[in-house]
Amino acid sequence: MPSNEWLLITVGAILVNNVVLSRILGICPFLGVSKKLETALGMSGAVTFVLTISSFVTAVLYKLLLSAEITICGITVDLSFTKFLVFIVVIASLVQIIEILLRKFAPPLYQALGIYLPLITTNCAVLGAAELNAGANNGLGRGILESTVFGFATGLGFGLALLLFASLRERLELSMIPRPFRGTAIALVTAGILAMAFMGFSLLVK
Amino acid sequence: MTTTFLAAVCVVGLIGLILGCLIAFTAKKFDVETDPKVDKVREMLPGANCGGCGFAGCADLADAVVNHGVSPGRCTVLSASGLKAISAFLGVEAEEKEKMVAVVFCGGSLSRAARKAQYNGIMDCRSANVAGGGGKACSYGCIGYGCCARACPFGAIEMRDGLAVVHPEVCRGCGKCISVCPRGLIRLVPASVKIHVYCSSADKPAARRKVCAAACISCGKCIRADGQGRVVKQENGTIRINNENPPDVSLAETAGCPTGALQTEEAHRALQSISPEDSKK
Repeated sequence: MPSNEWLLITVGAILVNNVVLSRILGICPFLGVSKKLETALGMSGAVTFVLTISSFVTAVLYKLLLSAEITICGITVDLSFTKFLVFIVVIASLVQIIEILLRKFAPPLYQALGIYLPLITTNCAVLGAAELNAGANNGLGRGILESTVFGFATGLGFGLALLLFASLRERLELSMIPRPFRGTAIALVTAGILAMAFMGFSLLVK
Repeated sequence: MTTTFLAAVCVVGLIGLILGCLIAFTAKKFDVETDPKVDKVREMLPGANCGGCGFAGCADLADAVVNHGVSPGRCTVLSASGLKAISAFLGVEAEEKEKMVAVVFCGGSLSRAARKAQYNGIMDCRSANVAGGGGKACSYGCIGYGCCARACPFGAIEMRDGLAVVHPEVCRGCGKCISVCPRGLIRLVPASVKIHVYCSSADKPAARRKVCAAACISCGKCIRADGQGRVVKQENGTIRINNENPPDVSLAETAGCPTGALQTEEAHRALQSISPEDSKK
């Protein structure tokens, strides 16, 4: 694969088709853990971590099992329609296993990411990345390495959006906001403006 | 059609089974044994995670108490009975400690302190302190934008008429407010001391009077009325109650403080009426 393809995947996932601000995925943690920059940083780390690993695992599953045509007793079946079901189950179990392993082998990392990991179990950004990987190239799916890179870049994009948003919200805490707008209302307005700002990146890749 | 259906059920079912076994296996194989004692002690701690003990949170303190012999008394929030319960659970001697509460040493509410400017910046004491010190004229007193009230994990600090007032019955003495106050007005004092001089100004007495009706003008009336060294003048000119040997609360009346800076804790609170501007916030 030419090197500019890799750049396209990475920049595309981080800026142009940002998972939160352009694809509107993973809004729950985006609004939920963006009150403090510190927690936002922990969440970004956890999401990037899980996204990378889950993209790899789901890509392997999709390539080898679901999109491959299996022949049973002379009849060929295409199982790619079960991808959502399989991805959800796989991602949820994967997060569980990662949590157990982290706790055992990397306690400092577990301390930093521990409380966020269970939250990601059902995060739609993680499922979204897996689905986008599977749906790329007209349903053939991306290659395994490309999928992993895409997952990692999607995580970075999520982190970027979350950290920007958390900084804005920390600043908003101290501002004089009209009473009806305080709290979630102004947060949603801010998210909208941030998403509009990210629309400026849409011409970055032709 | 039927084959596809059956194959889908089989594959998804199989994947589920494999994953289930995998989780069960890893959970059993890589289980981290936690000390049940630590969990028990953590449950007995207040669970506010305020960090007043110097550890990262209640779980951290529980671990230190059980495994490293740290006294549960390190927790500033723990009630006496709670401390006894933990000590009994661990089989160690409970140490007596006096309950400490925070006091904001300022009486300059909006109706008493003179104003020098209209402040329209960020409504935060630390920001206001950088940008000219907020709206009040006194450069030592409470700025009144509620930094401490927001920092308090227990909701013990109330903003009344632009002045931070601590409710000692709610305050647990964790000391979070002390570090956020840019003017350093908050101190921890024993809860048994019920009378204070609510002023921290180090200006010349005449200058203090000019900017605040409730300022202590260091006239020394209370020191003379007491006469036993239970009220002391500090180096910078402010007068303080001697917390080790506090005078009776009746001193607030007998001393005849000309500005009302010397107040019992209760009278000080009652004095700051809640203005309509504050209740709106």
